[in-house]
Amino acid sequence: MSDHHHGPAKGLMRWVLTTNHKDIGSMYLWFSFAMFLFGGSMAMVIRAELFQPGLQLVEPNFFNQMTTMHGLVMVFGAVMPAFVGLANWMIPMMIGAPDMALPRMNNWSFWILPFAFALMASTLFMEGGGPNFGWTFYAPLSTDYAPPSTTYFIFAVHMMGVSSIMGAINVIATILNLRAPGMTLMKMPLFVWTWLITAYLLIAVMPVLAGAVTMMLMDIHFGTSFFNAGGGGDPVLFQHVFWFFGHPEVYIMILPAFGIVSAIIPAFARKQLFGYTSMVYAVASIAFLSFIVWAHHMFTVGIPLVGEVFFMYATMLIAVPTGVKVFNWIATMFRGSLTFETPMLFSIAFVVLFTIGGFSGLMLSIAPADFQYHDTYFVVAHFHYVLVPGAIFAIFAGVYYWLPKWTGHMYDTALSKVHFWMSFIGMNLTFFPMHFVGLAGMPRRIPDYNMQFADFNMLSSIGGFMFGVTQLLFLFIVIKCVKGGEKAEAKPWEGAHGLEWMVPSPAPYHTFTTPPDVK
Amino acid sequence: MRLQARRLVMLLIGLMASPALWAEWAFNMPKGVTDLSHSIYDLHMTIFWVTVAIGVLVFGVMFWSVIFHRKSRGAKAAEFHESTLVEILWTSIPFAILVVMAIPATKTLIEVYNADDADIDIKVTGYQWKWQYEYLGEEVSFFSNLATSRDEVNNLRPKNTNYLLEVDEPLVVPIDKKIRFLVTGADVIHSWWVPELAVKKDAIPGFINESWAKINEPGIYRGQCAELCGKDHGFMPIVVDARPQAEYEDWLQAKREEAARIRELTQKDWTMEELMVKGEQVYDKVCVACHQANGQGIPPMFPALKGAPVAVNKDMIADHIYVLLYGVKGTAMQAFKEQLSEVDMAAVITYERNAWGNNTGEMVTPKDILDFKKTGKYKGQEGKVPEGGVK
Repeated sequence: MSDHHHGPAKGLMRWVLTTNHKDIGSMYLWFSFAMFLFGGSMAMVIRAELFQPGLQLVEPNFFNQMTTMHGLVMVFGAVMPAFVGLANWMIPMMIGAPDMALPRMNNWSFWILPFAFALMASTLFMEGGGPNFGWTFYAPLSTDYAPPSTTYFIFAVHMMGVSSIMGAINVIATILNLRAPGMTLMKMPLFVWTWLITAYLLIAVMPVLAGAVTMMLMDIHFGTSFFNAGGGGDPVLFQHVFWFFGHPEVYIMILPAFGIVSAIIPAFARKQLFGYTSMVYAVASIAFLSFIVWAHHMFTVGIPLVGEVFFMYATMLIAVPTGVKVFNWIATMFRGSLTFETPMLFSIAFVVLFTIGGFSGLMLSIAPADFQYHDTYFVVAHFHYVLVPGAIFAIFAGVYYWLPKWTGHMYDTALSKVHFWMSFIGMNLTFFPMHFVGLAGMPRRIPDYNMQFADFNMLSSIGGFMFGVTQLLFLFIVIKCVKGGEKAEAKPWEGAHGLEWMVPSPAPYHTFTTPPDVK
Repeated sequence: MRLQARRLVMLLIGLMASPALWAEWAFNMPKGVTDLSHSIYDLHMTIFWVTVAIGVLVFGVMFWSVIFHRKSRGAKAAEFHESTLVEILWTSIPFAILVVMAIPATKTLIEVYNADDADIDIKVTGYQWKWQYEYLGEEVSFFSNLATSRDEVNNLRPKNTNYLLEVDEPLVVPIDKKIRFLVTGADVIHSWWVPELAVKKDAIPGFINESWAKINEPGIYRGQCAELCGKDHGFMPIVVDARPQAEYEDWLQAKREEAARIRELTQKDWTMEELMVKGEQVYDKVCVACHQANGQGIPPMFPALKGAPVAVNKDMIADHIYVLLYGVKGTAMQAFKEQLSEVDMAAVITYERNAWGNNTGEMVTPKDILDFKKTGKYKGQEGKVPEGGVK
């Protein structure tokens, strides 16, 4: 009994029953990577079909299932769980806590996910196929005109929501209650701050999504007409409810990324983060604004002029706090002493490419111009620029930054740089041409197109395959690092700061069983 | 494969060659042919250059640091990490830029929303997967379907320049007149978009959205549905044919005469062979997307007609007519009463009852359809949606 808590249990049951934040964090990260490959393979199907005009590989209905599932899997299966995994691993170690505040709930929030996604993936094999109405599942395409499997999709979304809400409660409880003495709120690393705010966003909007899918369920099975105009309902209501969830959701996918980058840039610039306080306020402002901009996704649905103007101004306003963040990162690098290890490469790429995504976002906020951009490949380019080099590059940066702490080994530096450069080139080759085809008039979510879009689409596909294959290299690098490699010191990065570097590498199974001293 | 390889090589050469080659590629928003589209284009270019200027400045400082403040050059890190003044500056300057941008954007937006005092009203209705145009007060109305052949889509024939951007009947409008589009949807949400007119408006069931255009130059302007609306979302293009007023009026007159001729055809005595030929044409145009060329559909969303009770049982002919006329609620099966003429409906029903081994030998004539429309009965049979839908 006395030795029991010093190490993990043996065998498979360790993972099923674990309440340890590091075990659960690892499971979240592996699950997220599996989903990244699953969602990515669907992106490969999409890019293969769009390689040239004409229908070659798949039927339009299956193509729609691919775009839908790709979006859902990447958003709910890859990006969100990856951030929860990083939160599990790092938040307790960053604030000097022994574990998450609610360890059993932590176990449950993770184990719901594999079942939710198994359920959702199974719809692809059902009669009539899986969800084919886009990840935004606008009614009535997703209700009266949806395949029978939609009911399973709704149930899967409910499960994901429950998992996210429990994860968010856990993060908040941990940060507010388990900080080491002396770790005041304004001393917390920005990753902790961004996650605290993200967690509140999650609690605020996941129930709204649950409400939207429940109304769909009622419309499909119980004869209500929430979204059916023929029964006195309102198809536009769906979009309001969905985007009231959906817009904060896109910040849920980027705020923790801000936190990661805010840890890495100072470490490799060997200079303290510029404007810590303004960074915290900027994140809070972005979170607040995220609730009052949802209808900028709906500029073409015919909302009244006053509404249009309000949502245009509010959306433009987001550029201000986002700009502050970018300026602060650059001021941190300015007159620093920079080195370019892999986490720093991904972070610099993050700043540049996320900013490009921000620029196209600013363009999209101009409502009259949005009439031309809306639902074209310009939008696809925009949100992939903020999600791929935004969220996903930040996750890569975080993994390369903390991997020595997790495994106790250094990874293969040369290979990791190959991974970076191939991802960087592949990603830009995939998504940059999409700006052009979108402006030239190619709508999104179409399986076939006119020849004027052919050349750019071929480039995008080549870039897409390159980016896709490169991620297998990442898998190899991580496995190699887990299995062995040069021994990592407790603080492998010269300029790194924070409590997580006070514990040895690999981090022992239990850390900070007695709270550290925070100066 | 060789063609692809050659395209690829051309592409790479094109990337490196002179900007003249780029002119061949469409890669910016079209300026368009209305005053509004010009304002929108100007807004687009202004905000684009604003972001480019900010980008040059911000990335300039960043790459300066990356190049000159690197440790390998012996750079020592400075100590500064805070400045309230700088924070205030880079909060307020972007804010000021945004205010300056918001003024022309708001002006243009107000223009876009001003659909009053239109010369012509056209109701645009999105269907899965075609558009209906009704010239209000002119008694002209028709459907506009994709004209690209399935062979081109399936790579059995070379693709023409207007591949997927061509329709059987374009929307004909006059130039220099304020045209108001009243946009709605019949089933799911669609979006009517013509880039050259800078008009994109969602077609939503239960709503009528307004938009307008005043076209400056005659010409053919092409667009597509912009809101995911199911399987053939990529296959419902829009073609606008803008003509001088006189030509437009001639066209209107011709359309009215054509409608009268079609009404007369209903009274003609049709033979089985004629109906089968006509029926196949109609089927290939309006039914094939869902029920498929072989009549087997894509169950369960789009049921088979081959061997289906409704298409082979003699006592279900009335049901067959009923379903075609009024559709099946809550499914993709639309009401075709307003979409097809009596001749088209009689022909396609006859075709469906005799194609793909459904050889019933039964013939439904245009007059039968006319009777059914009046009495709701086919030779005494009451029509209804068959029990349990159409399986």
